[in-house]
Amino acid sequence: MPTISVNSGDILSIAPVIVLSIFGIYLVLQGIFAPRLHRLTLPYLGLVGIGVAMTANFLLLGKTETTFSGMIRVDSITVVLNFIFLTTAALSLLLTTSYSDQVKIEFIEFAPLMLFATVGMMLMGSAASLMIIFLGLETMSIALYVLAGFRRHNRRSLESALKYFLLGAFATGFLLYGIALTYGAVGTTELQKITEFIAKDPLHPSALLVFGIGLIIVGFGFKVALVPFHMWTPDVYEGAPMPVTAYMAVGAKAAGFAAIIRVLSIAAIQISYDWTQILWILAVLTMTTGNIIALVQDNIKRMLAYSSIAHAGYILMGVVAGNDLSVRAILFYLIAYMFMNLGAFAVASIVSGNEERRVKIEYFSGLGFSRPILGLAMAVCMFSLAGLPPTAGFMGKFYLFSAALKSGYLWLVIFGVINSLISVYYYLRVVVAMYMQDPVDQKAIPQLAPGVGLVILAAILGIFYLGLFPNAMLSLLQ
Amino acid sequence: MNMGTILNLVTYLPLIGMVILMMIPRSEEKLLKSWAFLVSLVTFFLSVVLFVRFDGGNPNMQFEVNHSWISSIGASYHLGVDGISILLVVLTTLIMPIAILSSWTAITSRVKEYMIAMLFLETAMLGVFVSLDLLLFYVFWEAMLIPMYLLIGVWGGQRRIYAALKFVIFTMVGSIFMLVAILFLYFMNHTYTGVYTFDLLAIQKIQIPFGVQFWLFIAFALAFAIKVPMFPFHTWLPDAHVEAPTAGSIILAGVLLKMGTYGFLRFNLPLFPQASVYFAPVLLALAVIGILYGAWISMVQKDIKKLVAYSSVSHLGFIMLGIFAMTVESMQGGVIQMINHGISTGALFLAVGMIYERRHTREISEFGGVTQSMPVFAAFLLIVALSSLGLPGLNGFVGEFLVLVGSYQTVPVFAVLATVGIIFAAVYLLWMYRRVMFGPLVNKKNQNLPDLNGREIATILPLIFLIFWIGIYPSTFLRKSKASVEMLVEKMNLAKVEVQKIKKKKFADVVFPGSFFEKK
Repeated sequence: MPTISVNSGDILSIAPVIVLSIFGIYLVLQGIFAPRLHRLTLPYLGLVGIGVAMTANFLLLGKTETTFSGMIRVDSITVVLNFIFLTTAALSLLLTTSYSDQVKIEFIEFAPLMLFATVGMMLMGSAASLMIIFLGLETMSIALYVLAGFRRHNRRSLESALKYFLLGAFATGFLLYGIALTYGAVGTTELQKITEFIAKDPLHPSALLVFGIGLIIVGFGFKVALVPFHMWTPDVYEGAPMPVTAYMAVGAKAAGFAAIIRVLSIAAIQISYDWTQILWILAVLTMTTGNIIALVQDNIKRMLAYSSIAHAGYILMGVVAGNDLSVRAILFYLIAYMFMNLGAFAVASIVSGNEERRVKIEYFSGLGFSRPILGLAMAVCMFSLAGLPPTAGFMGKFYLFSAALKSGYLWLVIFGVINSLISVYYYLRVVVAMYMQDPVDQKAIPQLAPGVGLVILAAILGIFYLGLFPNAMLSLLQ
Repeated sequence: MNMGTILNLVTYLPLIGMVILMMIPRSEEKLLKSWAFLVSLVTFFLSVVLFVRFDGGNPNMQFEVNHSWISSIGASYHLGVDGISILLVVLTTLIMPIAILSSWTAITSRVKEYMIAMLFLETAMLGVFVSLDLLLFYVFWEAMLIPMYLLIGVWGGQRRIYAALKFVIFTMVGSIFMLVAILFLYFMNHTYTGVYTFDLLAIQKIQIPFGVQFWLFIAFALAFAIKVPMFPFHTWLPDAHVEAPTAGSIILAGVLLKMGTYGFLRFNLPLFPQASVYFAPVLLALAVIGILYGAWISMVQKDIKKLVAYSSVSHLGFIMLGIFAMTVESMQGGVIQMINHGISTGALFLAVGMIYERRHTREISEFGGVTQSMPVFAAFLLIVALSSLGLPGLNGFVGEFLVLVGSYQTVPVFAVLATVGIIFAAVYLLWMYRRVMFGPLVNKKNQNLPDLNGREIATILPLIFLIFWIGIYPSTFLRKSKASVEMLVEKMNLAKVEVQKIKKKKFADVVFPGSFFEKK
């Protein structure tokens, strides 16, 4: 049995994880022992916890080491990923500030569950071993299963939780089997050792290893909703409460891609040239299916769900590219994606009104002139998602296309570009509704809560800053 | 003050004005309109300063501004004007205040958002004409879509949403392939020079092999051909023009269409000279088809605005003919015709707008004998119509004559066919004028139409003035673009020699060479 030695320095390397776990446990206890506190106390405490974790994350800046005997890796990618996860969690918690007015359920467990899900994501981002990836994945997934079904008196919410749980459990099974096969072939689950093993003979991987990596890809494919593993996404996104949908759409996808980056882009990179063919096909399928089905959606949540499937396809293009530019491009795109998606969901959560009754796109009609700030925010997010300059969405896609073209994937880029074009139609449909159609009943749209206002502000600032001056962020990602 | 600063100011003053305008409350409509008009007027005067100081004998870029923008990928904030773009910049800044003035009474709802869109559009358009960095150019090119989409879709006519969406999607189809081509050039430049940059002047220096030029030319040409619009990519134009509000049509015809021809002059010809020479016959054929087809379709239109819209297709065909005939005269003709078309067709749309505001119809059959109720209008419309068809003494003649004389030297067949097109232009314009203005005043509703008021005269008078100035003494404008055009033509002549050699090789070998990319 290999011995695992834990030094004191190792604890620092997972400082954000530890901080957030402690805060999560504290929030659970707080909720139990003082249940009559103001319903917003727990989310705000959660925000404090995220703030502390963010500070801890900045302490990790500049380090490059592998700790816990090769199980945890700290490098600049870790820091960036932690930043993405923590920011997503913070912004999603802010969304619950107004959501708790609109939907009548007990919100006590909401904040701690979000924190635990974030802990799982951060573990996935800093994993140096397949087991840690699995650990992080399960922590995140179980928390998300519960969060998806949080509106336990609503049939859709329960359906989404059950679907997510069943299909997620199956996917985890595939992943675990893949890990087991890989372990069987290589003799260890440490990613670094797997890389060295493959490097010895990259052209003739054993069948066991090939199957192992294949099953791992299937497992990840489910988590980031690649086609044909995407079927759960629209139903789960539609049924889950709006802040949870926002959180899943950004955070769970980012975590999935974090794991994919760690495994495929770094560890299995030599072997991955065999897999690039399959990933190429998956990328094109995902982009195209997501965009085409989104064209016929009239429910904003389902539309955003299919749009997120399509965006996963674009990010997979970066994985296929597999050069020095691609990891930076993927991370930049994830940050841009976070801002534009959270902004869109923020506006959607306000417009959806009480008990999320008004989620069809037609309820956005006339929003541009009756509620100019909401309309402008949604328009900016839609333009960014479509990839129109001068927004972050354009810069992100541009960077991904550059990475793919640099490795010579011309046709992949052409498909990506055609898909961007198709997506313009359904994103602009929302803008059309907001600015070019007559308003529907405006009183049903609640006032803008300050928390949600903050999310919208952060989204717009982020979109324009990354769109006009991406230099700072790009050089940070070197 | 440094000239580069003035160039920056000219580009961004509308945007700054827009930000200030956002703070004006919605109810102060008069203030909103006046402020927007003032901003665009000041921008115009600044651009005139640039025009006057521009040295027509210098073929290179002037008033350059060059800062690093996204240093990690090599994108720079590089602006500059040469002989071709300075004329277009002044055209843009001239058209904008006229367009804003023309919408004084036409736009009654959501005035604030309208003015915001107009000012944002102006910065985006100016940015397109002055950008010398490929990424910056692309950003401005796409950014221009959003306000135009809103202008057509919110304040337009009955089928406005369809027209706006068609406009956006058509333009984006072209520009999206242009993006791939830009990225391609970027990586190619790195292979040749080891430097990652998007700077146009740097990329112009590398010698791109013909096989690659072939495809890149097509990618760029698609984007610009849709914008011009060349046959058969022109189908978005009638819808967009007809459904747009008057000011939208003026800007669309006056400036936006020129971006297509400008793109050919700025990118396709200098970057891909051999491919340009190689493709010239195709583009010339399409240009002449555009001239004739546009004219024939205009002849049978029943809606005045649609007639003018199709006439744009016809006129832009002349410009394309001038560009791809590749002689100094024809290209100078093309350049001046760009300005002329902006002025003449802009004025035509202005006139249509004036009639529409009075009668809320654009059907030719509804009119007849309007001269009797609106004599001043009749005079102006006659001058504009005659300028559009190229009467000597007015601006249209200068451009068309130069184009035809120039293109007759290199492609006489096309020149002859194009000359025939002038006859058709006379047909549709004069016939329209006769049916609308002359003849007996049959329709009672036309009897008491108010003639032009002071504001309307103020919008059309500058254009009339320029029509005569360019018609009688075009040298003021031609001498600014002469050097840049001459340099371009020289480059083309060099390319012609090389294309002769290429034509001897096997086509397939040249166009589909082995993989060019660096494989990882």
